[in-house]
Amino acid sequence: MADLSSTIAGIHSPNPFWLASAPPTDKAYNVVRAFKAGWGGVVWKTLGEDPPVVNVSSRYGAHLDTDRRMIGFNNIELISDRPLDVNLREIMEVKRDFPDRAMVVSLMATMTETAWAGLARRIAETGAADGLELNLGCPHGMCERGMGSAIGQVPEMVEQVTRWVKNAVNLPVIVKLTPNITNILWSAEAAKRGGADAISLINTVNSIVAVDLDAMAPTPVVDGKGSHGGYCGPAVKPIALNMVAEIARNHETRGMPVSGIGGITTWRDAAEFLALGATNVQVCTAAMTYGFKIVEDMIGGLSNWMDEKGYGTLDELSGRAVRNVVNWNDLNMNFSTKAVIDPALCIDCGRCHIVCEDTSHQAIRIDAGEGRRVFTVVNEECVGCNLCSHICPVPDCITMVPEQTDLPYVTWPNDARNPMRVPEAAE
Amino acid sequence: MTLIATLADTEDGPSSPYADLTPAMTPVQALAESNRCLFCYDAPCIKACPTGIDIPAFIRSIATGNLKGAATTILSENIMGGTCGRVCPTETLCEQSCVRNRAEDRPVAIGRLQRHATDRLIDGEPAHPFPRAAATGKRVAVVGAGPAGLSCAHRLATLGHEVTVFEAKAKSGGLNEYGLAPYKMADDYAQREVAFILGVGGINVEHGRKLGADLSLDSLRADFDAVFLGVGLGSNNRLGIPGEERAGVEDATAFIERVRQAPPGNPPAVGRSVVVIGGGNTAVDAAIQAKRLGAEDVTLVYRRGRAQMGATAWEQELAQTEGVVLKTFAAPKEIGETTITFERTRLTDGKLSGTGETFILQADMVLKAVGQKLSADALDGLQVTGGKIAIDPSYRTTLAKVWAGGDCVATGEDLTVQSVQDGKLAALAIHSHLTA
Repeated sequence: MADLSSTIAGIHSPNPFWLASAPPTDKAYNVVRAFKAGWGGVVWKTLGEDPPVVNVSSRYGAHLDTDRRMIGFNNIELISDRPLDVNLREIMEVKRDFPDRAMVVSLMATMTETAWAGLARRIAETGAADGLELNLGCPHGMCERGMGSAIGQVPEMVEQVTRWVKNAVNLPVIVKLTPNITNILWSAEAAKRGGADAISLINTVNSIVAVDLDAMAPTPVVDGKGSHGGYCGPAVKPIALNMVAEIARNHETRGMPVSGIGGITTWRDAAEFLALGATNVQVCTAAMTYGFKIVEDMIGGLSNWMDEKGYGTLDELSGRAVRNVVNWNDLNMNFSTKAVIDPALCIDCGRCHIVCEDTSHQAIRIDAGEGRRVFTVVNEECVGCNLCSHICPVPDCITMVPEQTDLPYVTWPNDARNPMRVPEAAE
Repeated sequence: MTLIATLADTEDGPSSPYADLTPAMTPVQALAESNRCLFCYDAPCIKACPTGIDIPAFIRSIATGNLKGAATTILSENIMGGTCGRVCPTETLCEQSCVRNRAEDRPVAIGRLQRHATDRLIDGEPAHPFPRAAATGKRVAVVGAGPAGLSCAHRLATLGHEVTVFEAKAKSGGLNEYGLAPYKMADDYAQREVAFILGVGGINVEHGRKLGADLSLDSLRADFDAVFLGVGLGSNNRLGIPGEERAGVEDATAFIERVRQAPPGNPPAVGRSVVVIGGGNTAVDAAIQAKRLGAEDVTLVYRRGRAQMGATAWEQELAQTEGVVLKTFAAPKEIGETTITFERTRLTDGKLSGTGETFILQADMVLKAVGQKLSADALDGLQVTGGKIAIDPSYRTTLAKVWAGGDCVATGEDLTVQSVQDGKLAALAIHSHLTA
């Protein structure tokens, strides 16, 4: 059986599934339940200096599909609204009772060394924290007070805060990055320069998740008004995957431990983050959607899949897909793949035909069959776009089959069809 | 004949003999079920619907919370979409062709979703969804206020014509009101639907007016610009065996009409042992309704086999679930005081014959459901072919200015949904004629 034990920046946990800094990790009651359910670690919800913040009533918004499945989720909640000493005492108690789990504590402060160093020392003095996570990403509320993404969006400030905390305490420091920037590499490189032991990403995406059409206000509605909030859940996973991959393949940041965050709902999502270079993953929305028990299938599913694929440890898996993430200009222009429809699996819904006909390449023909329609790909028209295979409701009914060609691997810069092609050196 | 009091609330029976077999969906059920629809292209279910309702479109509207749009989509093709959602044999129509059957063996519950959408509009919207076109000044007579007649009248009214409907009975609705078992068509839905249809305006219904009594085709043709006949099948086939005139022997349609028209608290009494003869939907309706009204033993006897029954497999199973015993390959020979004698039959090369072997069933109530036929009495001048009024593809009869549709013509199965389609298409044909 695969060994799922995980180590990131020297912090050990029995499995790579941590709960992210968020409402599920706000107090001992929740975290104890999470640890009993099997989570490998937590990042305790962000602590700030006293007096604690005060939250508003009505805090979450949702982006639901028509069947009420959670596509995305957002919140306008601030950091922990409980006194610092209460949080610290509970952190000590929980760590004492669950010594094998990772206990990372998130913190946030204003842009002064005194504030960051003081808060970091208070946490370190408990002796219960395995590491710190710097919250430089909260895109709502806290940023209006000069914290969260107000710091995370300025690389120089990311570097400075990281250095202040590293100088103040002798604990692993994870810098949590905001996706609300133009280039994630600038923030990641700044964290590295500041001495970060690891980075975690992504924090939430700035968003208006929905509009209440009766109240004519963004949701969540607070007494007739709404504010932008932090977006998370399944819909942000692709954004996070790209940023994780960018960091993994960037010369300056390559090899930095990364804790992957963003819409991880299943073991498969987690495996994808790991494949793109993450060392472990953090989860919030999935737990807030289903409760803590979902970790069982995350652990079991990842373990079974790793056994099937022959990965003995997470290290063997981590980063396996990074080498295959390239720029568009490095793709093979001579590659060709075609859709193939399996008539035995087809249920006759006709969706592949109509989406291709209406919106793509008119490459799926309908013929009358025995009491049903027969759908066939017209190879000459099919460009291998994958649309039909994605919208088909039956798994594996439409597959993409690469064509056998004897053509060499040719990228666009070298393609004869490229008018800007740089001629190769004289032969 | 021994009649027993109705068992309204037995421990193992339904809570009421009039209870809805398939209750309305809750909003949560409708949400879940509507999301199972795949929004097929050129969907097989649409082709399977005699009225051609755009089923994926209305189900999509339910899923997006556009219930009014869903209902309008349904009613624009089938003004009796509410009834059809309740009583259509969806298992042989739209739901049989649902692509969800192929991989999952469970279709989208199209009928129930249709009822969900139309109920909201019919019970909740004050305004009729379809406005009338400018008045044409043309007057059309419709004979029969059943599904075909009302469908025709409604479509003509929306097109700007003035319609007078002549109905022999005291209520409109035809078989929706008088012929559908209450467990399929609970409470006063038939009348609510009639009120909704008439809400379009421009339709005047005259009750107690019967063709052949105080109405003649000639006078209607003289007084109106066009005439539509939606007279249904007025008379029942007979068994033609001794004892058929005994007390306790009744046409199943008459029995269902008595049940339907009885006050809810006081349903008619039924026999202790009831035998229903026939293999169609009416036979099943009567058998189940008799059982629900408290009959101890209900036996449905059909002279051919299960495969030849007009009732769908789903209805046959429903009858058995409700406690009806199905006996096949037996033909009635004689009805006695409290018994009925059958002769066993066999099918040889598609030909039915008696075996000579007989058996006797206890029966203090015998319900006959061996088919209906056209009452041709007042249809002088019309060509009748194969027991149905002859029409051309545009529903025109052999008499000038007279069109016909519904069960009295041979367009498809004798179903509400087919009658609605006939009425709709005939109205469009009449409109073309009147505005040519």
